[in-house]
Amino acid sequence: MTTNDTVLRVEGLRVAYDHPRGVVRAVDDVSFSLRPRERFGLAGESGSGKSTMALAILRMIKPPGRIEGGEVWLEDVALSRLTPEAMRQLRLAGIAMVPQGSMNSLNPVVRLRDQIGDALADHGERLPRRALTDRVRLLLSQVGLPAEVADKYPHELSGGMKQRACIAIAICLRPKVIIADEPTSALDVVVQRQVMETLGRVQAELGAAIILVGHDMGLMAQFVDRLGIMYAGRLVEVAPIADIIAAPRHPYTRLLIESLPSLEHREGLRGIAGLAPLLRELPPGCAFHPRCPLVGARCRVDKPAVRAVAPEATVACHLA
Amino acid sequence: MTALIELRAAGKSFTGGTLGRERKVALEPFSFAIDPARPGITAVVGESGSGKTTLARLLLGLIRPNVGEVLFKGRAVHRLNAAGRRDFRRSVQAIFQDPYEVYNPFYRVDHVLTTPVRKFALAGSAAEGRARIEAALEAVGLQPSEILGRYPHQLSGGQRQRIMVARALLLRPKLIVADEPVSMVDASLRATILGSLRKLHEEHGISILYITHDLATAYQVADRILVLYRAAVAEAGDVEPVVKTPQHPYTQLLIGSIPKVSTVRDWAVEQKQADRTVTAAGCTFADRCPSAMARCLTATPPLYQTAPNRAVACFLYETAPTLAQGDVGRVLVSV
Repeated sequence: MTTNDTVLRVEGLRVAYDHPRGVVRAVDDVSFSLRPRERFGLAGESGSGKSTMALAILRMIKPPGRIEGGEVWLEDVALSRLTPEAMRQLRLAGIAMVPQGSMNSLNPVVRLRDQIGDALADHGERLPRRALTDRVRLLLSQVGLPAEVADKYPHELSGGMKQRACIAIAICLRPKVIIADEPTSALDVVVQRQVMETLGRVQAELGAAIILVGHDMGLMAQFVDRLGIMYAGRLVEVAPIADIIAAPRHPYTRLLIESLPSLEHREGLRGIAGLAPLLRELPPGCAFHPRCPLVGARCRVDKPAVRAVAPEATVACHLA
Repeated sequence: MTALIELRAAGKSFTGGTLGRERKVALEPFSFAIDPARPGITAVVGESGSGKTTLARLLLGLIRPNVGEVLFKGRAVHRLNAAGRRDFRRSVQAIFQDPYEVYNPFYRVDHVLTTPVRKFALAGSAAEGRARIEAALEAVGLQPSEILGRYPHQLSGGQRQRIMVARALLLRPKLIVADEPVSMVDASLRATILGSLRKLHEEHGISILYITHDLATAYQVADRILVLYRAAVAEAGDVEPVVKTPQHPYTQLLIGSIPKVSTVRDWAVEQKQADRTVTAAGCTFADRCPSAMARCLTATPPLYQTAPNRAVACFLYETAPTLAQGDVGRVLVSV
């Protein structure tokens, strides 16, 4: 089942939404595992299922969505077998989430120290006022915020400070896995770099693994150890970051990398032709075939399976 | 030659707080002009709060400057008569950030296209109007049959934003002010939308002011660039030298902060500067600047013209002549 070198393992995870015209599969048979301290990236376009995946790991899919099958293991605990209360305790303490819109994730009418205090109390750590003050100060200093921030309301903080506050909450119970869902998409590049530096540093101090969800291939190239590419709910390629940047195996990965504007040459902008498919009317065969520049006859009829192609690398493409 | 639209030492500040005693400068006064005879794509780059949207709103006549003037064909925008205002509304078009909010969800998307045709009497007959709309949609890479008759929620964000580009094209404006037109669409679609803006410029000679926080797309799309930092122009000039050899320490920081798709990890961390006391009169970047000198803490640098097509607001370049009248337009001239 789970060995010492795996902290989180996702096996055949499937998330479905019931729709009048049939079942829509937002996450389709996804498997991967994380080593302790590993930085794993999940990239793809909007609607590729990457955020749904993050929520499914935490079992936070709301109706009409449901987890249809598969299992998530945190060390040797199978999350589907936990009671709702045990799962609730495991969130934050075992797997914590840094949300996308930090501005909408903090309670606007509660001072930051009390929001951190609530999180601790809810997980059985009811601290006396003095001890809480010390704990909050330590957490804030870990994310590079001054101690005064504890007595502030979210609207008194800048976007970067709010995102750091969210990181402080995420690490308050020393989780083993941190899931960061586009943590810097609303921030400017200079602030983004500072926040990612903070996230990387606290993750290393904690010895936690991290899943970074996003669409910026530049950010992935500079931050993660291994990258997974999602397309139409499937993990179509996984490889160590240096390999995937230097020699992507899936044509979609290559196009995703090329669509990032360069600062070196003005060769013009390249997009990916066509639109991401609607999940309820996926094309037959490989879901990417209508947009693929290398499409062959087999791709139109035969859905490619995920194959191991190198140590730590998998790909779902007939041509790779 | 009268400029199409001109900022003449125009700036904007807002008052707030109790009894309006707090004054916040949104844009320090500066000058620049858009010459219809030499159309180009100018990028305005800066972080949130740098004044880029204030600049857009001044140029669109949505707000009035506190100091200086915004002129349309030589006349102040907010004092135009009915005919002048009509000309202004047609010549200067806007594309906004959010491709969701600009649509009324109860109307078909046709509404945003038929309204300008009717208001500006662009077509002699209904059939001609329809033909013009279809041509505009095709020019931005959309199939009219897949777009017309639909409601906004039936289209993707990328399609909706391209309809806004088509609407702007319909009016054959002289200038399009595009305020973060692609920040809410996927990376793969950005290229298509920016490509259609570039095409409008090349095929129809429309000037474009591309406002963005994304320096990399600015580099790909624009000919000239204006870097704003905390309400003032930090650096301006041709896009190639500004991006390749940035002169202002802020531009250098901005470019160094962009994560690159490379196997080389060179995403360096900003060096934290020792605490400095910068007076209100000092350079706005002095508290973070790795090259700050004593005078930076007490005085604001003017714009120095470091090359024929380049200006930098930094004392490191004080041997260069100061830019006459702070007129940024002088260095933003296409060749």
